Amino acid sequence: MSTFLGMPATAPRGVGHLRGDQTFPAAAHDALGNSQLRRNLRHATTTIRGKSGRVIAELPDWQELRDAGSAIKADVMARLPELLEELESRVTAAGGVVHWAADANEANEIVTRLVRETGSERVIKVKSMATQEIGLNEALEAAGITPVETDLAELIVQLGDDKPSHILVPAIHRNRSEIREIFLRAMPGVDPSLTDDPPVLAAAARRYLRETFLSTRVAVSGANFGIAETGTLAVVESEGNGRMCLTLPDTLITVMGIEKVLPTWRDLEVFLQLLPRASTGERMNPYTTMWTGVTPGDGPQNFHLVLLDNGRSAVLADEIGRQALHCIRCSACLNVCPVYERTGGHAYGSVYPGPIGAVLSPQLTGVADNASLPFASSLCGACFDACPVKIDIPSLLVHLRDQAPHAAAEKAAMAAAAYTMSRPRLYASAQRAAKLARIAGRRGRGLPPPLNGWTAGRDLPEFPKQTFRDWWAGR
Amino acid sequence: MRIALFATCLADTLFPQAAKATVLLLERLGHEVVFPAEQTCCGQMHINTGYQKAALPLVKRYVNTFDAYDVIVAPSGSCVGSIRHQHEMVATRYGTAGLADRAASVGARTHELSELLIDVLKVEDVGAYYPHRVTYHPTCHSLRMTRVGDKPMRLLRQVRGIDLVELPAAEQCCGFGGTFSLKNAETSTAMLADKMTNIVSTGADVCSAGDASCLMHIGGGLSRLRTGVKTVHLAEILASTESS
Repeated sequence: MSTFLGMPATAPRGVGHLRGDQTFPAAAHDALGNSQLRRNLRHATTTIRGKSGRVIAELPDWQELRDAGSAIKADVMARLPELLEELESRVTAAGGVVHWAADANEANEIVTRLVRETGSERVIKVKSMATQEIGLNEALEAAGITPVETDLAELIVQLGDDKPSHILVPAIHRNRSEIREIFLRAMPGVDPSLTDDPPVLAAAARRYLRETFLSTRVAVSGANFGIAETGTLAVVESEGNGRMCLTLPDTLITVMGIEKVLPTWRDLEVFLQLLPRASTGERMNPYTTMWTGVTPGDGPQNFHLVLLDNGRSAVLADEIGRQALHCIRCSACLNVCPVYERTGGHAYGSVYPGPIGAVLSPQLTGVADNASLPFASSLCGACFDACPVKIDIPSLLVHLRDQAPHAAAEKAAMAAAAYTMSRPRLYASAQRAAKLARIAGRRGRGLPPPLNGWTAGRDLPEFPKQTFRDWWAGR
Repeated sequence: MRIALFATCLADTLFPQAAKATVLLLERLGHEVVFPAEQTCCGQMHINTGYQKAALPLVKRYVNTFDAYDVIVAPSGSCVGSIRHQHEMVATRYGTAGLADRAASVGARTHELSELLIDVLKVEDVGAYYPHRVTYHPTCHSLRMTRVGDKPMRLLRQVRGIDLVELPAAEQCCGFGGTFSLKNAETSTAMLADKMTNIVSTGADVCSAGDASCLMHIGGGLSRLRTGVKTVHLAEILASTESS
């Protein structure tokens, strides 16, 4: 006899913007040929890398901070249910209302219903990965509600009818002349004499957003952290536009992934040191907004917290894979990744691009549904060294590759190779026979896939006259 | 000292000069080198392509072949990285607890060439002579998995006649990545193009590294573009003398 513990037998899988229509290699093909994209990405990632590296080098205890961040997150994952219940009771006690969403669809329904109940037809939004993940903007639009992104880069993406391509800098693939064109085309009330001078572009966005801030009564945000012991939510941002959304409206609805909870207020100390240096290369985060439920007469008088699973419980169930839930969305791994730098974020097909996306997205959706992403890495390890909470992304990629479905021809080739290499004599004959491949020539014309992928850009090595083994035997 | 050589399947088959140089160098320094003939491959290709179970016999073979030796060397930061960091993992998941313990123990006794020279044999000047302009690519796995640090550069700086020039953005991946070079051939080649630009910008005649695999990829690109830049394994430079 089994006892029903109130948990579904299988954790729900993530739905929403977590997979693309194409495989990574196919999507990367298009991106690699886009010279403007390549130039923008090279410039932006090199700049952020340099800035972040300089401020990290200032801290003598950076490695200890990383260890602390990693340990706190491991502790959170080990007792996530109790921490979430503690958070729920604290938020409720402070005047907030907590909602639980099993997946993206449920979260969108909850938020849409809450906005409708206010009677508002427009919401202002704080930059948030969770709401991008669940496709909240599309869901609100379908319900006749207009979402307005207020983070400058996110606004550029929204007005351009585009998709974010970087966790922190969602419009990293756009340059200023493209941004000018987008504003002229889509920003209500924009001055037609707009130039592509960055201060002029920023002023245009400011004018548009100020009017929106002052006339919208409902805001939607994500959360960087949720403190279980106090019920406090925290959003960190650089522009102050988030602060406007979090303080001006009557109603605030926050969508937070369940992995964002931290046990105590003191834990913030570690992450508020790690996050700005790893993400934007700043010593201290410019705008850190923290709120606990509702404060009468000050700030939003109605606060709703939507706790989002969307595949996270399934990730948590994998003791190795769950490390991906430690991510604090700093995007340091994107900025150091040689693959991301050349393909950009859209090639990953998910709102989570780069190395962390390659380990998080397939786990949220199930690896079989996102099978090309764990292979979208040369396993160079730069992401592991850059990660402020020490997520061993290369090992996670290898772990997920082991779960990915393989093509029949590849399986046969791998089995044959393992068989041969398990038999030294057969292996030695195979080495000699391999010399026959010389007939392919150094340019390897006519080699079958996937070997022609090698010879498209690289010559084959010349086969030596003698293997090392034969040389050794003949000494 | 008696040192067991793990030649690696790639050097054994395609780049015997790297394994030969390792033997000749260590013998010149007065050590005895043995080559256990039962060795084949460390299994990294299988592990990193998602075939850990298929790699188990290769892990077992490596452990059984080398367990009898106190000091093992391989001319590859990448294979040593796999042996040290992945063998125990594969043995734990698909093998037995006993195998995992032995894999960890053999792994701890397995050294990349520059580590063996500097950490174990305590030598930085190996008496080499190599009158060429050389730039060095520190491979990703030797840097970030095996963590050899600047040991290869310290050895190269002592080589007589060498004109050692710094490689810009040296720590960036060359784009090889094992089967990544086939599965994501275009991205791999885009990374290689930038690596080659940096290599050519140094004016070096020779690009060296501690991994035959990365050199096969870089050398394949340099050859296709007819740059005239050769790729030479670190062991070959260190084995060179006035008389060779």
